[in-house]
Amino acid sequence: MARFGMVIDTRKCVGCMDCVVACKTENNVPEGYNRDWIVTTVNGKYPTLNLEIQSQRCNHCDNTPCVACCPTGASHIHDVGAVVLVEHNMCIGCKACLAACPYDARFIHPEGYADKCTFCIHRVEKGELPACVAVCPTHCMSFGDLDDPESDVSRLIVSRKNHQLLTEAGTSPRIYYLV
Amino acid sequence: MQELTTTRHNPFIDPFTSVWGWEIPVYLFLGGLVAGLMIITGYFILKGKHKNPDSIVHYVPFLSIIFLTIGMFTLFLDLNHKLFVWRLYTTFQITSPMSWGSWILLLVYPALIANILIDPPQILINTFNVVSKWSRVINSKESFMNNIGFLNIIFGILLGVYTGVLLSTMGARPLWNSSVLWLLFLVSGLSTAAAFGHMVAKDVDEREFLAKSDNIFLISEFVVIILMLVGLMSSSQAHIQSAQLLLGGPFTAPFWVFVVGMGIIVPLFIQLLAVNHKIKHTPVAPLLVITGGLVLRFVIVYAGQFSHYINAHFQ
Repeated sequence: MARFGMVIDTRKCVGCMDCVVACKTENNVPEGYNRDWIVTTVNGKYPTLNLEIQSQRCNHCDNTPCVACCPTGASHIHDVGAVVLVEHNMCIGCKACLAACPYDARFIHPEGYADKCTFCIHRVEKGELPACVAVCPTHCMSFGDLDDPESDVSRLIVSRKNHQLLTEAGTSPRIYYLV
Repeated sequence: MQELTTTRHNPFIDPFTSVWGWEIPVYLFLGGLVAGLMIITGYFILKGKHKNPDSIVHYVPFLSIIFLTIGMFTLFLDLNHKLFVWRLYTTFQITSPMSWGSWILLLVYPALIANILIDPPQILINTFNVVSKWSRVINSKESFMNNIGFLNIIFGILLGVYTGVLLSTMGARPLWNSSVLWLLFLVSGLSTAAAFGHMVAKDVDEREFLAKSDNIFLISEFVVIILMLVGLMSSSQAHIQSAQLLLGGPFTAPFWVFVVGMGIIVPLFIQLLAVNHKIKHTPVAPLLVITGGLVLRFVIVYAGQFSHYINAHFQ
């Protein structure tokens, strides 16, 4: 089974939010909510500052506290690409998964169920790229199978210095940021 | 300098997680109280106190089921997808404490109902014909009584433990991620239950016993709180910062004033004087203990959501 992941080149990302707009349009994300977002971090001491722009979303972790804590099985790991999804009609809106996610990647949809990034699995299953990846004007985002050593994502991870987010939370996130 | 800006502004997520409001602490408090009452009444039944018509065994189980039902109603109020609540009972998710809890609650109700049937209130006898028949059956054999007492202790412990485990399994929230949170909630449930029993007991010996027990539970609760804070302070940066929410941070005042001061130390002092016959038993100390138990759930639930791994990067 494939294990989908994403690699984002922070040296190419300009924080234009095209990925955010594409996601909202593609997935009909309600106004005032975000499945993906831009985080800008600044580290260092003036004048030697380091700025990093990250397009963030659900990390589709290998260890999934959101799936483990779900009392109904609504949060589950999809057969295709081990993508973490929520079955809306099984979700009771208890919000345990929101509390369990160290990335705060989930929210409660105005209709009552937990919602989050799906890696645009409906597009991926048709052979297309996730909407955010497809529209990126700087081509800073790559999507593919982390278990396939020949995939773009695997090649980028071994060829460039990179980091994941909050690895100390122990969830083994599957989004890598090239630095 | 470390600075982080985000474009995300999801409701109840940003700027910090606040997905669980008053409903969850109220449920956790009532769940803990009922768990404690089940353990105490179960113990009293095993000790044969049901033979005393003034014992709390004769009226507290009925109050317990009312408290638990109110608690479950607040839990229901918290759900955002209410019409799908039945989904809880179409599956059992072994890794989900909430799934365990929903099934444990199904076991708790029969145990409480059996406890009520030992001496059902008149309103139930008048409403349901079958109540007096079942009450006669239960009272016909001492072994039935022992089983009811035993079941109430077991399911009471399960209920009390689960309310803590529900939070402590959330690795993303460092304050909750303590291995003694279940013990804190269980002991707090026992202390609030003993305080409630102390307040409503008609029998003098039972009242004395419950006040003395409450003193032991309060001392234990204080020790567990210290152990929890020591455990967090000797863990990772995120855990240390989560403990600091209660040690100088924004939740310090409610925690130390209402939970530890007014909820443990002051009532312990009053009850120690009362059991040594220096002063009369009054509802003041039990009410303080019960309020402290409620505030404890509020502080832990709110501060726990506030605690986060991201904070550890920005100190």
